[in-house]
Amino acid sequence: MRVETGVRRSRYRYALERQGVLATVLISPAVLFIGALVGVPLVLAVYLSFTDATAGSLSGNWVGLANFRSALHDQVFRDALWHTFLFTAISQAVVIVVAGLLAHALVRSFRGRWLIRFVILLPWAAPIALTAIGFLWFYDPQASIFTWFLEHLHITSPQNRPNWLGTPHAAMSSIITVQAWRTIPFATVIFLAGVSSIPQEVDDAAAMDGATGLRKFWHVSLPLQLPIALVAVLFGIVFTATDMVVPYILTNGGPFNSTQVLTTWAFQTGINAGNIGEGAAIALFMLPFLAAVVVGMLVFARRAEVT
Amino acid sequence: MPSPWRHKLFAYAVTIPFAVLLGFPFVWMAVTSLKPEYQVYDPTKVWSFHPTLASYGFLFHHTGYLRWLRNSCLVGLAVVVITLVVALPAGYALARLAGRVGRTLGVAIFLTYLVPPTLLFLPLSRVVAQYLHLSDRLWALIVVYPSFTIPFAIWLLMGFFKTIPQELEDAALIDGCSRLGALVRIVFPISLPGILTVVIFTFSLVVNEFVYAITFISSSTNRTVAVGVPTDLIRGDLFNWPGIMAAILIPSIPLALVYNAFLNRFIAGFTGGAFR
Repeated sequence: MRVETGVRRSRYRYALERQGVLATVLISPAVLFIGALVGVPLVLAVYLSFTDATAGSLSGNWVGLANFRSALHDQVFRDALWHTFLFTAISQAVVIVVAGLLAHALVRSFRGRWLIRFVILLPWAAPIALTAIGFLWFYDPQASIFTWFLEHLHITSPQNRPNWLGTPHAAMSSIITVQAWRTIPFATVIFLAGVSSIPQEVDDAAAMDGATGLRKFWHVSLPLQLPIALVAVLFGIVFTATDMVVPYILTNGGPFNSTQVLTTWAFQTGINAGNIGEGAAIALFMLPFLAAVVVGMLVFARRAEVT
Repeated sequence: MPSPWRHKLFAYAVTIPFAVLLGFPFVWMAVTSLKPEYQVYDPTKVWSFHPTLASYGFLFHHTGYLRWLRNSCLVGLAVVVITLVVALPAGYALARLAGRVGRTLGVAIFLTYLVPPTLLFLPLSRVVAQYLHLSDRLWALIVVYPSFTIPFAIWLLMGFFKTIPQELEDAALIDGCSRLGALVRIVFPISLPGILTVVIFTFSLVVNEFVYAITFISSSTNRTVAVGVPTDLIRGDLFNWPGIMAAILIPSIPLALVYNAFLNRFIAGFTGGAFR
């Protein structure tokens, strides 16, 4: 008996030495975990979107495309789609410009760089659910610090105070500002990694050939840092379009649904109103967009491998 | 070529204004947190007021704040352990698995990180309530959070493991070490800084998480700090703004310090993952 177990154990160990077997043993827990907690719910979300399931029951009656049809006919939903686009496009455009500038400045060595990097990093390091509440206070209709500054600069008057979160356009601008504020640090540090990855020799060679300023940036620096920068941009887009913390805490979709985005609308329909099936259908409208980003990333990853 | 002082001038001219814009909210939070409650709304007391720590005392003694902090830490630690147990071997195997299979699998696992909680929270809320019977329990969060921390951790770890030369392990194998032995005795100890980076960023992802926490947890005592502060400290029309500002700053400052300490490693792992 003892001999047998010894043989079995050594055979077992021998199998573990083979790379394919070892790799399978090491990777499968992760694949199983992700399959169970991302794959299964994803399938379930698709299933639920075809049913009239409500809170309290996982199974509803099959209703086909009714949820999608009613969503598409709903003005609030269509507006939410448009708001999601605006929210993402504007905030990320601001992020790209600011983070690009900051990265090019931070790559230089200067006194106090450590402190400045620390301060720039703060909005990303602090939990956004908490800092968003901070902005609720900064945007307070009576005691907004922003209003106080504007009044001291004589841009607005006490009789005509801006209602940052109370009027539709101001509310949209306010949540876009906060979203840009929280994404800039992340984009900056990743852009910075891209800029720093350019070898000094390339920089010198370009300078020798007489490339300066914007031309050097456009023809030499930009193409070289693009692979890494693009990852940061795609991340920013995905996490802005699919996250709900900032709109949920600051406006919860109001006033009059003027800042309603897909995620907050799915939450209100699915959780607050209890129409799980309809909520799932609304959330699923994010899927084609996500798929597009995924394809973009894959194409891009392949191209990055070639170069 | 621009001279060094022009270089520096550009750096200061760009970074200082943006640092002020990005950092000012925290300054204003700190100022507000020190104000006595009756002066908060007074516009003439923007800078001159009697600083007090009363709001911090209120936060600690009369709200569930410490409890929420504790909950966040508990969930964070449990999720970090689960994440490391699952992601360490997988990240190593994917970093070493040569060829198409390894790369495709690495990218595929990473892409699951992009599937957002806002898409999965509705089905998961039913799964948690009906199949797992975990609604309103911290266990619900401990079970669900690894779904996004594991892909994230694998991605970072792949980046770190790829920087460790294969020759080190080969030497260990020649000396009679098994492959698993080489992994545990050689690779993991060298990767300790990278593993610490994963611990810190995983923990902070957990503290940050909002959507699942607000969906699965319903009673005040079981809230995490990210949900407890927005739901329970803001009740009706009664806002204790100084207390809320203190509640924001307390977890933010330590997180910012460790972020800064581990930032370079994070970037190295993040940009060195499956795309390299």
